[in-house]
Amino acid sequence: MTRSQLDSRPTRQLPLAGGAVGSLISNEVRELAAREYEHGFSSDIDTDVIPKGLSEDVVRLISSKKNEPDWLLQWRLQAYRQWLTMDVPDWQNAHYEPIDFQDISYYAAPKPKPVLGSMDEVDPELREMFDKLGISLREQERLSNVAIDAIVDSVSVATTFKAKLAEAGVIFCSFSEAVADHPDLVRANLGTVVPVRDNYFAALNSAVFSDGSFCYIPKGVRCPMELSTYFRINSAQTGQFERTLIVAEEGSYVSYLEGCTAPQRDENQLHAAVVELVAQTDASIKYSTVQNWYPGDAEGKGGIFNFVTKRGKCAGDRAKISWTQVETGSAITWKYPSVVLQGDDSVGEFYSVALTAGHQQADTGSKMIHIGKGTTSTIVSKGISAGRGQNTYRGLVKVLRSAENARNFTQCDSLLIGGDCGAHTLPYIEVKNLTAQVEHEASTSRIGEDQLFYCRQRGINEEEATSMIVNGFCREVFKELPMEFAVEAQRLLSVSLEGSVG
Amino acid sequence: MLHINDLTASIGEKKILDGLDLTINPGEVHAIMGPNGAGKSTLANVLGGRDGYDVSGSVTFNGLDLLSLTPEERAGAGLFLAFQYPAEIPGVGNLYFLRTAVNSVRRFRGLDMIGVTDFLALAEAAMESVEMDRSLKNRSVNDGFSGGEKKRNEILQMTMLEPTLAVLDETDSGLDIDALRIVANGVNALRSPERSMLVITHYQRLLDYIVPDRVHVLAGGRIIRSGGKELAAELEANGYTETVAQAAAAAGAAR
Repeated sequence: MTRSQLDSRPTRQLPLAGGAVGSLISNEVRELAAREYEHGFSSDIDTDVIPKGLSEDVVRLISSKKNEPDWLLQWRLQAYRQWLTMDVPDWQNAHYEPIDFQDISYYAAPKPKPVLGSMDEVDPELREMFDKLGISLREQERLSNVAIDAIVDSVSVATTFKAKLAEAGVIFCSFSEAVADHPDLVRANLGTVVPVRDNYFAALNSAVFSDGSFCYIPKGVRCPMELSTYFRINSAQTGQFERTLIVAEEGSYVSYLEGCTAPQRDENQLHAAVVELVAQTDASIKYSTVQNWYPGDAEGKGGIFNFVTKRGKCAGDRAKISWTQVETGSAITWKYPSVVLQGDDSVGEFYSVALTAGHQQADTGSKMIHIGKGTTSTIVSKGISAGRGQNTYRGLVKVLRSAENARNFTQCDSLLIGGDCGAHTLPYIEVKNLTAQVEHEASTSRIGEDQLFYCRQRGINEEEATSMIVNGFCREVFKELPMEFAVEAQRLLSVSLEGSVG
Repeated sequence: MLHINDLTASIGEKKILDGLDLTINPGEVHAIMGPNGAGKSTLANVLGGRDGYDVSGSVTFNGLDLLSLTPEERAGAGLFLAFQYPAEIPGVGNLYFLRTAVNSVRRFRGLDMIGVTDFLALAEAAMESVEMDRSLKNRSVNDGFSGGEKKRNEILQMTMLEPTLAVLDETDSGLDIDALRIVANGVNALRSPERSMLVITHYQRLLDYIVPDRVHVLAGGRIIRSGGKELAAELEANGYTETVAQAAAAAGAAR
């Protein structure tokens, strides 16, 4: 399908939408070029923010604010104590001022948070903020087939389509509600994929996480609609620590999307999320991310530190987990969405486009841990560097002794635009079983003067030609995204690349 | 149509075109022949607007000051360059690229965007005329195409973009005789009283198929001799060395 065909489709507004989609008209491209980060506004919402700093008391305060059961408080405290013994990791290929963890507020919630009976009861200020972002919480409910959980700062403010999902037996709600209403499901799965001691930021998240999304797809159910969480950091000087837990029971299927934006602020803000996926026998989870956190200004000031732990476990045979991510925002991104392939013949996939422009730094990739027999994994990573951006692919393929006939295919391609950026590829491969087949392909290329001149000689202007070449480069990944997200991702790349050429 | 006056082009200290003059009238097909390193491809690149050359002199194209235009504006104004080595663009569909190009030049020409159905009908007919394998429609632009497929793709684009001046840079290079005939047929089908062509080639054989109105010999960055189509045969018979030497002697005698 050509881009123009996509353009003329009446696409519904998506979390990150808002502007002409890939218009061929150069004036519009120039307007886009002049436009800065378009989600950079902040909303004046009455917010309950606890004082800065982190201590055991703060952990207790967060837990009590959320009326949590004692087992969860104990779990948090254990994580906090673990965190105290850990050091900030320094192995990533990124440079930044050390974070002062006592200078962050660990809980911010729009208040008051009433118990919502329907979307019409959502705080008008909040609804207006989401309208501005192109997501109408009300309209969404009527017009489209995506259920949305909207998370502002630390808490979920609205979840749409709950009733319709409930008919299918699907649970989709905020994490807090899940703790209250489905404690056994949460307790049985929380921390089973990402243990609290997994890494520094996972431990921190486990201690202070305030909300997130919870999905449960019962046995044999194909989730009737896309599930989506929209994350918005609004308050200043707060961190966002959400937790997402998705459990797909035997033979079930779910496609889940997440989008993220934040206001433009001069200081760096920390986003340290944890996402855990559990896929039982024959279950399939498709998880797509379009990440557009504020990347900082042209001088590299401000922007989100996006330090996220995402991992899925194929617990049963023939289970499948597929991660697709398009990363265009954040000052620094560290994330390695991973799959633990425990069940026999289970499948893990990772498709990624990471773009770094301006002063952005990204160190991202995937880990595929092969445990079961006949497990297969695919990694396709496309890194694009422009401006002074630094882009690192870091990936681990680990085949344990038990993983008879495991297979992995990894492809890492890097594209450089201009002479001040960098691309790095760091694949780690550990194979303990000789029947395994592991393939790795890597390439680095620069947008060629030949390609640009060729396009321009055919009448296509430089911005559009660059965008076309970059989108071509990313095609293998974009085709994995749900259609509307793919259109959005293309547009986002074009906007993020404005001013990178010429 | 095209008036080139005292055109020079250098890369750094190296002067590649050195006072080139050439006039092409509407509907005429001119051939530029010359030894390797004579500046043939540089002429094509400079007309197309490629970066990297220091250029002086003047080029008027359909009344426009060509050298002041960007490459895309030149394309919009009706200049088409068939490349000797067409670029490959992985991941960008061949027909998608073609339609983007067609709509881009149409915009320059003040025409409406072409709809998908009309476009596909035109593209099908054009592909038929260059005997292009239909499987190339959905492949990426020139990605993994054979030499012959790339050249056919150039002629396909040329057909669709409807230029008033087509510059063909060594279009015969890398073609076997069948492909050469097909490409030449495609080019000949586009000859019209309004459309001019500048065929750049090292060998005469292309000119057996695309018969030129005028033939020019380019050497040392300027045109040293011009004549009718019989000049191509003479060059083939005598070789460039002798022709260049004769022209130099003639220039000396004239002084």
